[in-house]
Amino acid sequence: MNIADYKGLMVFAEQRGGKIHPVSYELLGKGTELASQLGIEVSAVVLGNNLGDEVNELFYYGAQKVYYCDHPKLAGFDLLNYKHNIVRIINDVKPETVLFGATHLGRSLAPRIAAALGTGLTADCTALEIGDEGNLVQIRPAFSGNIFAHIRTTTRPQMATVRYKVMKSLPRDTSRTGQVVKVEPEIVDSVLKVVNKESAGGLNIAEADVIVCGGRGLKQAQDFDILTDLADALGGVVGCTRPIVDEGWMEKSHQVGFSGNTVKPKLYVAVGLSGSPQHLAGMRDSDVILAINSDPSAPIFKVADYGIVGDLYEVVPKLAAEVRQRS
Amino acid sequence: MPDIVVPIKQVPDMERVKFDTEAGRIDRSSAPGEINPFDLHALEAAIRIKEKLGGTVTTISMGPPQAESTVRDSLARGADCGILLAGREFAGADTWATSYTLACAIRKVGKYDLIICGEKTVDGDTGQVGPEIADWLDIPHVAYVSEIRDTGEKSITVVAEMEDDRLVIEAPFPVLLTVTKDLNMPRLPSFQDKMRARKAEIAKWGAADIADVADPANLGLKGSPTRLNKVVIPSEEGRKGKVFRGSSAEAAASVAEALAGLGVLGGAK
Repeated sequence: MNIADYKGLMVFAEQRGGKIHPVSYELLGKGTELASQLGIEVSAVVLGNNLGDEVNELFYYGAQKVYYCDHPKLAGFDLLNYKHNIVRIINDVKPETVLFGATHLGRSLAPRIAAALGTGLTADCTALEIGDEGNLVQIRPAFSGNIFAHIRTTTRPQMATVRYKVMKSLPRDTSRTGQVVKVEPEIVDSVLKVVNKESAGGLNIAEADVIVCGGRGLKQAQDFDILTDLADALGGVVGCTRPIVDEGWMEKSHQVGFSGNTVKPKLYVAVGLSGSPQHLAGMRDSDVILAINSDPSAPIFKVADYGIVGDLYEVVPKLAAEVRQRS
Repeated sequence: MPDIVVPIKQVPDMERVKFDTEAGRIDRSSAPGEINPFDLHALEAAIRIKEKLGGTVTTISMGPPQAESTVRDSLARGADCGILLAGREFAGADTWATSYTLACAIRKVGKYDLIICGEKTVDGDTGQVGPEIADWLDIPHVAYVSEIRDTGEKSITVVAEMEDDRLVIEAPFPVLLTVTKDLNMPRLPSFQDKMRARKAEIAKWGAADIADVADPANLGLKGSPTRLNKVVIPSEEGRKGKVFRGSSAEAAASVAEALAGLGVLGGAK
């Protein structure tokens, strides 16, 4: 491969049920910033069926060109057809960088494309920069967020999956326009057969703006009621640490931390948890962190914006009342 | 009777391992190596299928010579045979070169109906090797499998977690699955199992042993398209770190006031 042949930045725009996933807009926001440093074009590639005006949303959020592949087989996630058509488009367009959202779909699809193209892929990036030689520096947390690895790709395209809710999308601007390039789909045998679609239901804690998270400082399962009350006052949801799930007090969908969910809410309230490295790995990027713990030496205070040293059974109800007065 | 391959990795016990913040790396000597926890769920799934339908379970690991203990552990837990890919040529591989090497070894094993991988490893945390192996072998894969609904002689029906949706997917063999921790509860090996595994034969393959199926240019660091530029240790700067002590009523009021000032209140239910 001749590196000089590759130009431009491409974002894989993921859609579910005909709606573009917001991570795609975040990638276009970041992509626009990186592309302007290099003076290159930002494009999006979207696969779906009868997406209609939704395609224009990609322009409103920064795409200058949209490669659109429209076919009934592409309406939902069809792994082999998605891979086949995206590989075709990348081989044709030759972008120097391709970004995917680190959603389940993105993390399932992108490795296949990288393997097929014979190029590198960096997983779950939280920052992207342009390096000295105009190359993409892909930054990702490693070892429970204790370090950040800076990775470069020696081949082209440079590919990365990027964590949801880390990059900022541009403000939606309906005056932005661009060129839709219709790509004739090539349909291959899907092999896999989706026989049913069930709703996952339950809690998606990663989407919450406010999380009140409890740890071993709570003495029994029922004491989580006071956290629920504070969460209600704040318009948030309740999370927990791993020991609480191990006790069987809460479902794993509530677990925050290395082996649970990674979250980045506007407000994270850590109650009665010390802040192990494994827990911090799942919440350290929260916008504002409030810690409530009776032990002033608990590591959670080191990452907190606000801390209250005290008995959570006293502090939490009082805080809920104070919050209600002000909202 | 399906033949099943389970790629496994030796990782440090991440709940116990110490971290050298000065050097920016984990101190691997501070915790013993073990089978990647996600791989235990993959292995358990494979053994349950074997118990139901017969067939074989083969584990393959790429790693340093001491990863032999991890392969041995997989035999104690029910795998029929284990292969260790060890050698200087494999060192420094990224996910692309790792998946290439494992795929070549699987091809050399020959017959495979199912390949079951953990969703990711706890140290690398990429989740890329499974889907990349599938692509090298030109077979489909299903990622984030949380449930196996049915296994037959020719296909398997699984539930894939796609955040808000759960897709029930019927996949004909051969197929690769990456599985989550919700799939099952891995069993512990008995004392007898461990004793039996201690004496078992483990195949050790170096680059020369897979030279008929693997291009040496694609192995190890040399074959890796990504490079680590540097590691950076994050600082916790930028946090206000305002701690209130004393009266809980006053502290609660002060914090509520501060939060109101930041505009994060107002979402009450």
